[in-house]
Order: sequence, then C-alpha cells, then structure tokens
Amino acid sequence: MLQIENLSAEIGGTKILDGLSLSVGAGEVHAIMGPNGAGKSTLAYVLGGRPGYEVTGGNVRFEGKDLLEMEPHERAAAGMFLGFQYPVEIPGVSNVQFLREALNAQRKHRGEEPLTGGEFLKLAKEKAALLKLDMDMLKRHVNVGFSGGEKKRAEMVQMGILDPSFAVLDETDSGLDIDSLRVVGDGINAIMRQPGKGVLLITHYQRLLQVVQPDYVHILSQGRIVKTGSADLAHQLEAEGYDKVMAA
Amino acid sequence: MSEVATRPTRRPTRKDEAWRYSAVEALEGVDLDVWREVAVPPGESWSETIVIEDGADTASTELRRLRIDVGEGARCAIFAIAASGEFARIEIEVRMGRGAHFEMGGITVGGRDTVREFVTRVVHAEPEATSNQTVRSVHWGKGTGNFLGSIDVVRDAQKTDASQDFKGLLLDRGASVNAVPQLEIFADDVKCAHGATVGQLDETARYYMAARGIPPELSRRLLVQAFIGDALVGLSDDDTRERLMRVALDKLDKHL
Repeated sequence: MLQIENLSAEIGGTKILDGLSLSVGAGEVHAIMGPNGAGKSTLAYVLGGRPGYEVTGGNVRFEGKDLLEMEPHERAAAGMFLGFQYPVEIPGVSNVQFLREALNAQRKHRGEEPLTGGEFLKLAKEKAALLKLDMDMLKRHVNVGFSGGEKKRAEMVQMGILDPSFAVLDETDSGLDIDSLRVVGDGINAIMRQPGKGVLLITHYQRLLQVVQPDYVHILSQGRIVKTGSADLAHQLEAEGYDKVMAA
Repeated sequence: MSEVATRPTRRPTRKDEAWRYSAVEALEGVDLDVWREVAVPPGESWSETIVIEDGADTASTELRRLRIDVGEGARCAIFAIAASGEFARIEIEVRMGRGAHFEMGGITVGGRDTVREFVTRVVHAEPEATSNQTVRSVHWGKGTGNFLGSIDVVRDAQKTDASQDFKGLLLDRGASVNAVPQLEIFADDVKCAHGATVGQLDETARYYMAARGIPPELSRRLLVQAFIGDALVGLSDDDTRERLMRVALDKLDKHL
C-alpha cells in the first residue's frame, strides 16, 4: 500500500535521505531501526509532508496515489497517520474538540457525514478505555501538562479514533516505562494489526518489537535502507550493535 | 447641556498619550463628550457587555466611553469586543472603592487598515480593592489593535491587587498591535502586575493539526479561538461567551 522509490530529501540544504526505497504491503508491519542521525525521523516527516523537508528526488505512492502531491491534511484524510516522537502541546484546545474537528474534517474530505457530539464521545470513550487513558484526560487541553507516557498514550487514542489505514510511528516507544510500553504496543496491535492496514514503526530499541511483532526489519543508515531481514534482525542488532550487523 | 460645557472640547491629537495610536483623524464630527456614567452601589454587582460589531447602524467611527464608580465591596465586570468600525475605541475609567473588584475581558479583531482599541484607567482610590484586565488582540492585513491601560494606586490604597495582561496575535505581516501599560503607584503595600506579548500563530501546532486532518483555515480558527478564550475566562454566562466568540470568529472567517 506504500511504495517509496529512490527517495531523497534535504533539510536546509543538507541531504538526509539519499535514495531510500521501501515497500509496505497491506497487513504488514515494518520496523525501521538505525543509529542516531540515520534519517529515521526525516523519513517520517517527509511522509507526513512537514514544511521545511524538501524532497529532491524519487516518489512515494500511497494506495496508488502520489503522496508527495498531497497537502498534510489531505494525507491524513487519505488514511495516513503520523505518530509524533514529540507530540505537540496546544493550549486552549481540548483533546475532545481537537479530535472531533480532526475526524469530521477527514470525513468531510472523504464525502462522509460528520459525527454528532454524542456519537463522537461514545467513540472517544471506547478508544480511551482501550489505551487505559482516563476520559478526563481527553477533556484537558491537547498534551498540555501530560507526562511523556501520557502523550504517547494520547497519540494512540488519536490513532484509534481516526482509524487510519496506514500508520507511520516515529519512536512511539521513547519515554515510555515498561507498563506504558505494553499498553501502547497492545494498542498498536489492536488498532492497526488488520488485513487492510499497514504500519511503519520507527524505533531505536527492540523492546517495542517484542510487543508489536514486525514482519520485516530494515536498517536505515546514511539516508538509505542498508539491510532488510525478519524480526530476528532486531534481536541481532540488540545483541551485537549497528556497526557489527551492518558490516556483516 | 451643562455636561458638554464643562468638558474641554479640544480635539485630541496623537501627541496626547491616551490617543497615541488612535485614528484621530476619524474623530471629525464625533461628539467626544458623551460619557456613560455608572455608579455601582456598595456591595452590589454590575456587569456589562459591550459589542461593536457589523450592523445596520454601525458607524465608521465607534466610540464608547464609560466612567464607573465601584462602591465599597462592590463588583463590576465588563466583557467587550471591538470588531467593527474603521476606528473603534472602548474607553473605560474606573474608580475603585474599598475592597471593590473590577474584572475586564477585552477583545479586538480586525484587518484592512482598521484601528481598534481599548483604553482603560483604573484608579485604586481606596485600600483592598482588586482589578484584573485581560485583553487579546488578533489582527491581519494592515489592521491595528491597541491596549493603553493605566493603573493608579493612590497613597492610601494599601493591599491593592491589580493586574493587566495583554497578548497580541498577528496573522499577517503589516498588522500591528501596541500595548502601553502605565502604572503609577503611591502606596507601598500593593501587588501590581502587567504583561504584554506579541506573537504569530504557532506553526508547529498547525502542522500537528494538519497531520490529524485539520485543514489550514480550520487550524487557524481553532488557534485564534483558543487565544481569544483567555479574555473570556472570567465570564460565567455561556451564551454571552459564545456570542462574543462568534462575533470575533465571524470577522476572522470573512477575512479568509
């Protein structure tokens, strides 16, 4: 469902992605691992259309459409979800308002009827319970005063409510304690482990991959995929380190 | 008649401190001597909403001048928005009695080359009174928003607690806001706070919203709504709050 071909991208004139190719099929979970500065977060932001990330070559097709031609909000409406490494605080806007506006904007873009307040709250309660997030948290302002773990749970509640067909999750495991990691991992499985859906899981560590079993593991280095393997590759990396595995 | 005769009829210029950023040329033909005078009796509460919005009788210059005497232990609350008129000015002078409270939330919005402003003078004339003013200004095009607020604390007005908070949000290059806080304090046991900041829309927040499917015009509306909301925190009446918010956001929408 996602085909990245020979993708190159720069930030402020510095080349970060350098001919990256990757294909994720429906029903698959792909993990991307790599050392600091390899371009993992850049890949996530380029797929999410963040301003300042300039694509200099290659193309990306998402369910047959040219992803790079779409505005960020159109990518979301098309079914792409970007999980942020550092979720953004929005003072003055409650989670409930934010998510209802987001969901209804997506539905409108797709030509669907908006959900009423009551319908939305029912959905929000259900997804908050799945991620063990107190409903009171959803009444508070977006990410304001949330701990690192709460922000990541809230991201997953967002994902549950928006119900995307494809998720790019950028270090969703960073800043999580063991219990939260389990909750978030179970959430990813529950929401995204479905036949028509795909996941690109960007992570530094193997521990999230014990909960969310990847079908493929890729190593990203210097802006391109240098090695691809099964879930075992992640174990090998954890045991031996990037230098040794990439040299092999 | 006598009221008009006792007041100076000189036209203000920009050299006058309280008219520094005003569209003084728009005052031609406007009666400057019309003040509404209100006395809030001791222990009582009085609240008022002032809305300058587009209407059949909205003039190009809109001037609202209000002088309030807040009696001992009385409470006065004003929530106001200046959203229409080429030049709109809401001017409020308040005299605070012992232990009185004055609460004000003000909003200015506007584009093109409009000027919309709040000018307040709060005189803490007796001890133990509290006052709190919050003004939020959102401007675009070549629009200007001003808040000139002076707080006078007389020698005997000990235990005064006065605060003034202004924030401006500029949506376009060319728009401007001016904040002139002026504190004159002659008592020694008082708390007086003032703050003023000017900023632009948080583009990181807008991108985050876009990544969840919210288009740019809607994210702007939501952030402006959140920004303005600060001025209406002290307003307990939901209908009034919604009305003021609607007036502000309608203006913003028309700009789109």
